[in-house]
Amino acid sequence: MEVNWPDWLNFDWLDLGWLELPWVDTNWFHDNWYGLLLLGFFWGVVVFTMVGALTAVYVYVERKVSARIQGRLGPMETGPHGLLQTLVDVVKLAVKEDVRPAAADALAFRLAPLLVVVPAVMAFVVVPFGVPMVIRDLNVGILYFLAVPSVTGVGLLLAGWASYDNYSFLGGLRASAQFISYEIPRTLAVVTVVMLSGSLSSAGLIGAQADTTWFVLLLPLSFVIYAVTTLAEVNRVPFDIPEAESELVAGFHTEYSGFRWSLFFLGEYASLTTASAFAVALFFGGGLGPVLPPVVWFVLKTAVIVFFAVVLRFTLPRFRQDQLMALAWKYFLPLSLVNLLLAGLVMKAVF
Amino acid sequence: MAGHESHPTAPPKPRATPEEMRERKRLSRQRVSDDSEFITVSMGPQHPSTHGVYQAVVDLDGEIVVNTRPSIGNLHRGVEKLAEVKSYHRFLPLTDRLDYISSFAMNHAYAEAVEKLMDIEVPRRARYIRTIGDELCRLSNHLLWLGVHVMDFGAQTFFLICFRDREYVLDLWEMLCGARLTHSYARIGGVAADLPDGWVEKCRAAMEFMPRRLAEYQRLVEKNRIFLKRTQGIGIFTQEDCVAWRVTGPSLRATGMERDLRKTEPYAAYDEVDFDVAVEYDADVYSRYLVRMKEMYESCKIILQCLDQLPEGDYINQDAASQTFPRKKRVMRDSAAMVQDFMQTFRGPKVPKGEVYKAIEVPKGEMGVYIVSDGTSIPQRLHLVTPTFYHCQATPALFEGEMISDVVGIFGSVDIVLGDSDR
Repeated sequence: MEVNWPDWLNFDWLDLGWLELPWVDTNWFHDNWYGLLLLGFFWGVVVFTMVGALTAVYVYVERKVSARIQGRLGPMETGPHGLLQTLVDVVKLAVKEDVRPAAADALAFRLAPLLVVVPAVMAFVVVPFGVPMVIRDLNVGILYFLAVPSVTGVGLLLAGWASYDNYSFLGGLRASAQFISYEIPRTLAVVTVVMLSGSLSSAGLIGAQADTTWFVLLLPLSFVIYAVTTLAEVNRVPFDIPEAESELVAGFHTEYSGFRWSLFFLGEYASLTTASAFAVALFFGGGLGPVLPPVVWFVLKTAVIVFFAVVLRFTLPRFRQDQLMALAWKYFLPLSLVNLLLAGLVMKAVF
Repeated sequence: MAGHESHPTAPPKPRATPEEMRERKRLSRQRVSDDSEFITVSMGPQHPSTHGVYQAVVDLDGEIVVNTRPSIGNLHRGVEKLAEVKSYHRFLPLTDRLDYISSFAMNHAYAEAVEKLMDIEVPRRARYIRTIGDELCRLSNHLLWLGVHVMDFGAQTFFLICFRDREYVLDLWEMLCGARLTHSYARIGGVAADLPDGWVEKCRAAMEFMPRRLAEYQRLVEKNRIFLKRTQGIGIFTQEDCVAWRVTGPSLRATGMERDLRKTEPYAAYDEVDFDVAVEYDADVYSRYLVRMKEMYESCKIILQCLDQLPEGDYINQDAASQTFPRKKRVMRDSAAMVQDFMQTFRGPKVPKGEVYKAIEVPKGEMGVYIVSDGTSIPQRLHLVTPTFYHCQATPALFEGEMISDVVGIFGSVDIVLGDSDR
């Protein structure tokens, strides 16, 4: 596909060389390890802020959509139509007392929220917002996207274990079991996409879809598997078993409060946002689309998927633990293997 | 009327024999390994979904419940003891606070018992009004139950939908007696006031509208495969279990026993209206849901019939001057009535010596009131045989062998409110 993007969309500006600041030797950043560290830190802050802002938007949308579904108004008081409500909530959570149970394992207790939130944000690095626009186009981008968020599972288990509380413990066990079970069909679903695109980089993924068509048309079953398993991975209804409030109070984050709790919250929403964005990249051609700039297309498509997830959350009851496991191992695993075969046939037919 | 007949979710099931039911129960229970260590989890009293301040300390083998130690009494207010220092009239508002979700039914049970003790007549119009009140309670109770029950399985929106429609019933109550939750509408020998102007029409409109909403709920719930998977074959409590633990009401009828005091020992106007006793045969959580769903349709039917047949006459007995209140309008005009009102308020009714037990069918099961009278105007001993108390005592038998995820759903399915159990 012929694309003429302005240079700045290529993200060459990541290394700040374009600034041409007379007192800054831009090569310096690359010559020293601390320079690289500084650069990494800078972009880390940028990405984190971006994810934070997206999450705030997400939370607002979820509140409003759920209110609409349930015949309520949702937040209305803070700002016009409650637009500032999320901001106010962030402030409230940030200044709340941070309670740690006396019997909790201090180090693990503090580490767990970070293990949940950091991988979720890290995954953001390889999301292709535009057609060439991606923060770092790793040549193993898709593998990175599958591997890095998996660390979240450790965080959930650690949170459950460190809290020294039976609700948390059970929640953590359920979360890690669920995570591991759904990882496999999910990975197999993504593998079919890699088979078709022939590349593990996220830019290559978009390129392959530009050459053919949206992969959802070629691999509908893969998309279904990816969508369902992703819901399970990020603990959303109908798979929100690790934090089932009617059984385990709040699951693995029962004992958390204040800022640490909000880190879990941020992690959950960030991983859902990233997973939705990546679903767009994997199956809906990323930023491909007529007239509008690719970033806008990308955001629109992501918004549709996110909306779908929100609607699901407020419509369905949840599964039971054993039913969830049965679903993963008895149905989704064989299905994804069959799907692998189908993808091979599609590959033969299309390419 | 769009009834439950029009939405068959499953083909009609044959009546299960007790042996079959026992076998089903055995199959539904999980096996526990012998060499496990147990995790002890305390569900309640501040757990988000124990339906009140009920506590169950459960031992878990993995996800399976091995032992349950129920504990009630966190809401104990000494109601039965309070009855021993209050006149019969003055105790009536306290009965609201038993099952506060269907408080009129509680008033009614108490009033029926006292009337039986005093051996006084209730005017026909009052009996009809009481029947309507009972069924309104059943509707609002079951709507609340349904919303909470489905929410126990994780669906949040359904809860709010049910509450939206419960408003229609509560609005009727507000118009009728000024209160939405604690009605205190019954009086010994009748009810507190006549139906206000326009109430009958409003009630009729609501009752004609409600079945449509119920059909909508049925579509939402019964076509949801996750809900069916979570409720069918879960929490089986056989007929003999129910009898052994005195579990009554919809949970008992879900085992195939057609026991409904409205039919077997008719009180109020239940012998003058036509209705069916809702019965299911599977004894699981889903059957209990179905029974309640059918009962809501029947309630609408009963209320509409009562409104059609509503007779004229007094709303409270005016012939037993030493036992009941006079009509309010008479009090300010008739000196005898004023004296009667004064005497009833400050001294209480004249009651013969004796003891009496009367049970009625409240939404949660059979509610009995046992009174021992020594001939004074306050009871010597009053005992409330409330359904929730027995439902709570059955919880260990209900839970054991089930999964922790199902515990809350099963607990909710027998319908519990702790004000009723703790008294």
